[in-house]
Amino acid sequence: MLLQLLANGLVAGAVVAIAAVGVSLLYGILRLVNFAFGDLMTLGAFVGVYANVAGGIPIAAATVVAMAATAALSVALEYVLWRPLRARGARFMSLFLASIGLALILRQAILLVAGPQPRSFDVDPYKVYVLGDIRLSVGQALAFLVAVAAIVVVGLLLGLTTTGRSMRAVADDRALASVAGIHTARIVVLTWILAGLLAGLAGVLAGLVQSSFDPNFGFALLLPTFAAVVLGGIGSAYGALAGGLLLGLATELSTWHGFLGGVDPVYKPVVAFVVLIAALLLRPQGLLGRAVRAA
Amino acid sequence: MSTVASAEFWAFVGVVSGIYTVLALGIQLEFGFAGLLNFGHVAFMAIGAYSMAILTVKAGLSMWLAAVLGILLAAASGLLLGLPTLRLRGDYFAIVTIAFSEIVRYVATNEDSLTGGSQGTINLSGPGAAAQYNGQWERFQAWLQQTLHIGAKDAAMLLVVWVVALGLTAALALAMRTPWGRVLKAVREDEDVAASLGKNVLAYKLQALALGSAAAGLAGCLYAWQFSFFSPDDFAPLLTFFAWMIVILGGLGRTFAVPVGALAFGLVFAGTRFFDFAPFSYFDSAERAYLRLIVIGLLIILLVLFRPWGLLGRRQEALLE
Repeated sequence: MLLQLLANGLVAGAVVAIAAVGVSLLYGILRLVNFAFGDLMTLGAFVGVYANVAGGIPIAAATVVAMAATAALSVALEYVLWRPLRARGARFMSLFLASIGLALILRQAILLVAGPQPRSFDVDPYKVYVLGDIRLSVGQALAFLVAVAAIVVVGLLLGLTTTGRSMRAVADDRALASVAGIHTARIVVLTWILAGLLAGLAGVLAGLVQSSFDPNFGFALLLPTFAAVVLGGIGSAYGALAGGLLLGLATELSTWHGFLGGVDPVYKPVVAFVVLIAALLLRPQGLLGRAVRAA
Repeated sequence: MSTVASAEFWAFVGVVSGIYTVLALGIQLEFGFAGLLNFGHVAFMAIGAYSMAILTVKAGLSMWLAAVLGILLAAASGLLLGLPTLRLRGDYFAIVTIAFSEIVRYVATNEDSLTGGSQGTINLSGPGAAAQYNGQWERFQAWLQQTLHIGAKDAAMLLVVWVVALGLTAALALAMRTPWGRVLKAVREDEDVAASLGKNVLAYKLQALALGSAAAGLAGCLYAWQFSFFSPDDFAPLLTFFAWMIVILGGLGRTFAVPVGALAFGLVFAGTRFFDFAPFSYFDSAERAYLRLIVIGLLIILLVLFRPWGLLGRRQEALLE
């Protein structure tokens, strides 16, 4: 039972980790708390499901289509929405409100086009992988493997490539990065591409983990994602990865009967919210971050 | 076109706008005057409405006493939430408050024995017994209709809601002209300056949050009486955003802009429900509901982009940056 919960937690956590990296990069580089990220994930899942089920193409190709769609939309929005907003001197509050408006538009547009009924990817719902005491559905196993691969790729991208280093430099200190010769406008567009790709991927994987999903499911994943971002230290990409895994584990393990009799599974999302609030109150600099005085 | 011309339609738009005025006054006080980014406002509306209904049905209290207790409980919850969280940075506080409002909604959905669960207040006395919390409200409305010789029930509700909404608006406008109001605005403009003058910044913020939450609790009670039934889904985060939109639409930091913003919002929100002519007739009612929210999302973005000081705000005093 405990092993199964651990496995579920790792699967859920790996998917949240991918989303959290996207949210964290956007915050670090644009100072944007992107409320529309959850609904962008929903969009990815729906594009994927249309390509996979209606279009009949394999799930791997459908995932690529979904990621391309969310990345393209993210870049387009940078030009028509975010850049004009920044040019008008918009700061945290305006950006946050605009992302709320965008979240509304995205989710309602998906509802308008696709309807409210639940969807599923074309994977065998009865096939189960058994590893000792652990049982994983095809969706869970696929999501976990792809998520881990994606985490490694993103980690290498941020750590080893010039672009990745530039991104982290801009997130750390925009003015300093600019003085050092980093073309910040280009980095912003690249950040949107990366965040868009991650949103599409996280959406498809989250859809695979839950056997079925509706247009509201991305929004339900948004607060756990925020919690992971905060746990890892807002703006830190590596922290977000760790925060996601930790949050997934904490949420699943909280239902274990050995833990004070276990939390009722219906309250799993609440566990994530409580972790979020506790993390903000106790360690707003993140679990691994150093405390700095806010400017 | 018949529905658009009917009296019931305008009464409905008016009642909805009045209730949203009360809700949005809380945001105006908290953000427009004290600079607090409360994005969990709907939680206090839920606490007010549920406390009123539960205390009436389960504890057998008078509905009026239950409503007063519900509003006080909403204010007390604001204090309890604010005490540990108000020292957080603005964006962190915003996220914590959203999380809080989702916790409240999850608890209301899952604690069937307390709230009636996802089926709503009809289930308050347990399954099989349709619970009603608004008997006294119905009698009050009937008495009002008789005393003032008002024919329609809607008209009586409209009167009550707007007397409350405008009374509260006037009270807030007066409060902001007192020394208390001036200190609150000073806290919004520069906390350090206010603190250096010996003002207890946290206490002022807490008072703003408690009073704003009380307004939300009152809006919750009015909402409950208007619809005579409610469920946890009535308190989704969306309502918080509606309240924010009303305040920004009207003008941040301008008390009398709130009812104007609420009326404009009510026209867009409730009004489009009755648009049964082309091109709206091409969509069924569920699709029109989605379209309505798309329009509201677009409005939020356009406001932030082109008119962040709102319809009645002053450009020089723009609080949104």
